[in-house]
Amino acid sequence: MAITVNGTKVDPPGDMRVSLLDFLRDDLHLTGTKIGCNQGACGACTVLIDGERVLSCLTLAAQADGREVTTIEGLAEGDALHAVQAAFVDHDGLQCGYCTPGQVCAATALLNELRTGSPSYVTGDLTAAAPLTAEEIRERLSGNLCRCGAHNGIVSAVLALAEART
Amino acid sequence: MSTLQNVLIGSVRTAVGWLPEGWLPGGRPDPLIGRHGAVGRQSALSDAPEKVTGAARFAADVAVDGLCHAALVHAPITRGRITRLDTTAAEAAPGVVAVVTHRNMPRVDSPALIGLSNPSAVGNSDLPILQDDRVHYNGQVVAAVVAETQAQADHAATLLDIGYEVTKAPTDFATAKASARTIPTLLYEPTQRAEGDAEADLSTSRYAVDAIYTTPWQTHNAIELHALTVIWEGDRLTVHDATQMIAPTATALAKMFGLKRENVRVLSPFVGGGFGGKGFWDHHVIAVAAARLAGRPLRLRLTREGVYRVVGGRSQTEQRVALGADAEGRFTALIHTGTSVMPPYSCSPEAFTLGTRAMYRSGSYLYSQRHADMAVVPNTFMRAPGEAVGTFAVESAVDELAHEMGIDPIELRLRNLPEVHPVTGVRFSQHALDQAYRDGAARFGWAERPATPGERRDGEWRIGMGCASGSFPYVRLPGASVRITLHRDGTAAVACSAQDMGMGTATVQTQHAADRLGLTPETVRFVSGDSDLPPAPAAGGSGQTASIAGAVMAASAKLVGELIRLAGNASPLAGLRAEDLHFDRAGLVAREDPARHESFAAILARANREEVSVTASGAVPMEMFRYAMHSTSAIFAEVRVSDVTGEVRVTRMLGSFDCGTILNPRTAASQFRGGMIMGLGLALTEETLYDERTGRIMNPSLADYHVPAHLDVPPIDVIWTGIPDPRTPLGARGIGEIGTTGVAAAIANAVFNATGKRVRDLPLTLDKVL
Ligand code: FES
Ligand code: FES
Repeated sequence: MAITVNGTKVDPPGDMRVSLLDFLRDDLHLTGTKIGCNQGACGACTVLIDGERVLSCLTLAAQADGREVTTIEGLAEGDALHAVQAAFVDHDGLQCGYCTPGQVCAATALLNELRTGSPSYVTGDLTAAAPLTAEEIRERLSGNLCRCGAHNGIVSAVLALAEART
Repeated sequence: MSTLQNVLIGSVRTAVGWLPEGWLPGGRPDPLIGRHGAVGRQSALSDAPEKVTGAARFAADVAVDGLCHAALVHAPITRGRITRLDTTAAEAAPGVVAVVTHRNMPRVDSPALIGLSNPSAVGNSDLPILQDDRVHYNGQVVAAVVAETQAQADHAATLLDIGYEVTKAPTDFATAKASARTIPTLLYEPTQRAEGDAEADLSTSRYAVDAIYTTPWQTHNAIELHALTVIWEGDRLTVHDATQMIAPTATALAKMFGLKRENVRVLSPFVGGGFGGKGFWDHHVIAVAAARLAGRPLRLRLTREGVYRVVGGRSQTEQRVALGADAEGRFTALIHTGTSVMPPYSCSPEAFTLGTRAMYRSGSYLYSQRHADMAVVPNTFMRAPGEAVGTFAVESAVDELAHEMGIDPIELRLRNLPEVHPVTGVRFSQHALDQAYRDGAARFGWAERPATPGERRDGEWRIGMGCASGSFPYVRLPGASVRITLHRDGTAAVACSAQDMGMGTATVQTQHAADRLGLTPETVRFVSGDSDLPPAPAAGGSGQTASIAGAVMAASAKLVGELIRLAGNASPLAGLRAEDLHFDRAGLVAREDPARHESFAAILARANREEVSVTASGAVPMEMFRYAMHSTSAIFAEVRVSDVTGEVRVTRMLGSFDCGTILNPRTAASQFRGGMIMGLGLALTEETLYDERTGRIMNPSLADYHVPAHLDVPPIDVIWTGIPDPRTPLGARGIGEIGTTGVAAAIANAVFNATGKRVRDLPLTLDKVL
């Protein structure tokens, strides 16, 4: 089997105990994926597996076998920024930039979740599609910590994208 | 920090006070003030594209061949000695390259403690680093294991067999407080200041409040873990670091390892947040030494727990604020005293009474604070050190007094604003807190706040509003230098070892240099993050922008002379002197006759030069002594408090700032918001918990230390007066830390307005509010 990372097939690590985070950073040198805690508390290591977000520090690389992993380096096609990346720049959704790859990956998955209507903790009516509110977005991004305090910009970037898509 | 320092500060103030204003930097306002150029325009962070694509290389991202990895071993005891140390099992573990303990660690001196008397000092601690068998605090590093992979190093680190002899240590604040000491100087001010008999005036005041306020230990918790990638090549050392003090770190490492300064290079082009925590700590010395012992390039990235154990945070405080007022609400007595923790090996006095001294005038006052010795990881500066927690106490007390008097807390504050600095008597360079309050109150809808607490509710939620003042001093650090290079293609580069942790340093200095040199921002490149460049001071005290701006001013003045020399007699500028010229239209222009102009490109072409380069340092920051210079703010918060659980939700905040010229509204707004969010964490969620029996931090993780998450952060409105400060480069004062001040009090005051419950102990957790 093989893991597809940003469109390229790679062999899974020989040691089954290696986390997806360490595999990406240390073996594939995809250092855009960040580490802030190594225990699932900060979200800096968020990547996409088959379009859904995971914390790569809590995921074994072996779990991605036969699946498609997308990291921050694989979001954009060509030189242009991905829409989520561009919105982060436009809305000042970053300062130091360290939480940013995780926030961008989480936001990308979040937009899909909104599209498919999956509810969150703050969704009031579980029978209808989740409304496009700042609160929905804040709840869904709460697993991604930012210490610089770029929250307002991040939420407005994601809200603008969500609204543009409806 | 000495009595001598007090005398020195006093006499510099006196001497500077006698000088005519024209002799001082800022005596004649910077000609760029009020000019409409690139400064003042919205501009996105210049490195944002690299950050959003993952291309930005942080210290632990740098690829190096033959890299090995280190893991640290932390003492589980608080004070004592190592009595048994067996490294055999660790050394035999797979992949292990070296085990470093005090037995084989190279002998290095401890760094000098950070202090005003030695601007190049970097030490947050002056304890020996792996030099002997002694343990001074819980979590101190006692060994490092180097291995081929991080996993191997982490595993082998668990195999060290270390025995300890434990001795008694001060770990309990109440006990340590009893023998707290008074140091003579708090950063730049004598520790004790008194006028009149404040205690006596308090007891005879028409109105009085007198209470104790407490604030917790805090940890910076930048999301990027502290990391170094270390490369030795013979006696040349390259360190990829995550630091907010690039040049000082290079100087310190050169000194400690006996290297020539020019053979040490520290690179830190991206820093994943600092907030005071990314200074110089034990892991720097251990990583550099371990790489030398291993004979290999080495990476040391602290674990999150390691950050808590190695890097100290903001000290807890216990503060007394007493306020007396007459019938008109004029302060007759103001007392701000208390205790914070500062072990003898730490450099940071958590100066929580400093801000108060500049904020209010009072008939009599007493300011003093003491420092308790506890066996803790050395505490240090954290965003708005002193003022963040000091404003919680004093601004809560002002709210309490306003409530007791039955007047609006803004009105009470405005009645007591000082005309001159209340303690030193010197003039403010610019001070418009009254306007910040009026603008902020109007925009926030302050008039809707019910004066009586507990009147507004929405189901189980009680709603309240609060406000508070913030304050943070202006600093321009001496010794900042920059190199300006003009190229024949009409572009310019401005270079220094500045550090950009996302504040927008490079973005704003690009805008600034464009205006200063008569260029467009697109033709200016700001180069930083490298200790081989002309040295910039550490990013601290909210002073980096003003410090570098001062150096750019000096270098551009020098550049005029250089260009005149190159222009020669064939130039349209021939015969003009430096003072007759200014920069405009990508060249030099005669002040009296704008038609006499020559572009940089033309001057360089005629002189047959590819480029011209000058390096200069900013003038000595005498303005800081001549004037009282403070950024100030009015912070507003609206909260909802649950009757059922005591949970506090902040629904909106507004910061109204008076910080001089705002250089880039976009990056400035982000700085203000970021600061305010750290204040929100101080108010509601953050607390580093020490086990007072053992002195060990109990919650060294992001799961147990609660940094505000997205759902905790409301929309934050930010406005400013934008009135230039005539005494500073560009009219700007610092904006990086002021946002954190005042916020905790504004939230606590809003909780009081919502519920009638006064909480004087941060954070305002549910148990205290119910
Ligand atoms: S590094 Fe994975 S959640 Fe923090
Ligand atoms: S931008 Fe620095 S942690 Fe989010």
